[in-house]
Amino acid sequence: MLEIDNLSHVYGGGSPNAHHAIEGLNLSVAEGELLCIVGPSGAGKSTLLRSIAGLISPTGGQIRIEGNVVRQTPDNLAVVFQDYSRSLFPWMSVVDNVALPLRRKNMDKRQRREAAHEALESVGLAGAERKYPFQLSGGMQQRVAIARALAYRPALMLMDEPFGSVDAQTREDLEDLVLKVRGHHKMTIVLITHDIDESVYVGDRVVVLSKAPAHVVGDLKVELPTPRDQISTREHPDFVHLRAEVGRLVRGHAAV
Amino acid sequence: MRTRGMRTTVFRALVLVVLVIAWEGVTRAAGSAFFPPPSTILGRMHAMWFSGPVGTLFLTDAAVGNILPSLGRMFAGFAGGALAGVALGLALGLSARAYDYLDGVLQFLRAIPPPALVTVFLVVFGFGLRMQLAFIVFSIVWPVLLNTADGARSVEPLHLETCRAFRLSRAERLFRVVLPSALPKMFAGLRLALSLSLIVMVFSELLPGTTNGIGFQITDAYSTFDLPAMWAGIVLLGVLGYLFNELFLVVERRVLAWHQAAQGPPG
Repeated sequence: MLEIDNLSHVYGGGSPNAHHAIEGLNLSVAEGELLCIVGPSGAGKSTLLRSIAGLISPTGGQIRIEGNVVRQTPDNLAVVFQDYSRSLFPWMSVVDNVALPLRRKNMDKRQRREAAHEALESVGLAGAERKYPFQLSGGMQQRVAIARALAYRPALMLMDEPFGSVDAQTREDLEDLVLKVRGHHKMTIVLITHDIDESVYVGDRVVVLSKAPAHVVGDLKVELPTPRDQISTREHPDFVHLRAEVGRLVRGHAAV
Repeated sequence: MRTRGMRTTVFRALVLVVLVIAWEGVTRAAGSAFFPPPSTILGRMHAMWFSGPVGTLFLTDAAVGNILPSLGRMFAGFAGGALAGVALGLALGLSARAYDYLDGVLQFLRAIPPPALVTVFLVVFGFGLRMQLAFIVFSIVWPVLLNTADGARSVEPLHLETCRAFRLSRAERLFRVVLPSALPKMFAGLRLALSLSLIVMVFSELLPGTTNGIGFQITDAYSTFDLPAMWAGIVLLGVLGYLFNELFLVVERRVLAWHQAAQGPPG
């Protein structure tokens, strides 16, 4: 469903301090897969995600979603950013935030509200429609951002370190939320994280990137019993083994 | 919190009362014809403007003939300047290139004290209402325009990226994201423009060719040595300015509730 061929991106190309964020990156994601991408900080993970989303034009290589080359932001894609407080619109109520992107979808006002309501319900925020983002905790705001992406019913959902700015308890709740909603909505998810445990816990597959310029240094299938559980999954021998392996891959390439 | 607010209100009223009493005492003791006591001024205001029939809400002919034209000029000028300032400011804020090219020119135009341009306005528009309105609009458009442009330029980058990620149309981006983002700064400019519009309204009424208005009434009273009437006009302007500002704050608090709540209570 998503194919990335020989992707490269250079910031400030031509100048002596040009930064090679990505070089020769190949990756392919199957329909319905939940892929976690981990890598050391500054590895060009966000550059990769922004390239897939069509928010930046990579300087080399090609990205295809469902066979179509990405030139600008594709129609069947939604993004959840790390910084929910600056991604949600503070002047809009929760329901308006979720419903706004649906204006493109040939839905009338009532249908948009219904879709927004449904999405909010699925992230456990039924009843918060009329509230404003500032009235919600960080974890709840990120739930709103996830609901906004879900209501859009994308074929591909991109999540850029979506749980990087919340406390540990909330983080676990949100991880389980992602696992729950992907069961309900048939979609492909690419989740970027720097948290090794999280990548193994949430993903069907974990791809490890090298430090910049990023390319794939590890590609591991995660075969853990479902449904996953914060306690028992994390003590499963396969989990412990996988996280060690991912950790070695990340670390090995983080060392200068 | 609440009791402190109450106490502030009480003390504020107390300060006002004490000052008025002091004003009364000093002017009475001095007995100068140039500085009538506030009781005389208030009496004059009542007799001159607010002793009319019930049918006109107690407004006298003098009030209808002077206060209403002034308010009309001020609000027409404010509305015109605000509208032009917001529209041009948004357009300018959306184009980084236009902003870079025009910023210097705009800062220059803004720096010119409007009264210095009165003769130019007289040449272009002649005496009368058209010139007064143009003068008010020109005077107040700059703070609105520059603040709005500044606000439209400083939209949170992630908000713009979110617009693109969800493929919002240009109109949606402008009216649902850029405009609300610019509102806090726009309101700062509008508030400045509101107080400025009262000032330049009075100034425009001091010019020849004016036959009514509060500014006209003040100069008229002065030239006929009717000092209580002159002071009545001055006090009225102070009261109006205060009321407009309070009213504006009420509107701002409503429109920008999300902003103030997100920023924490204003310091």
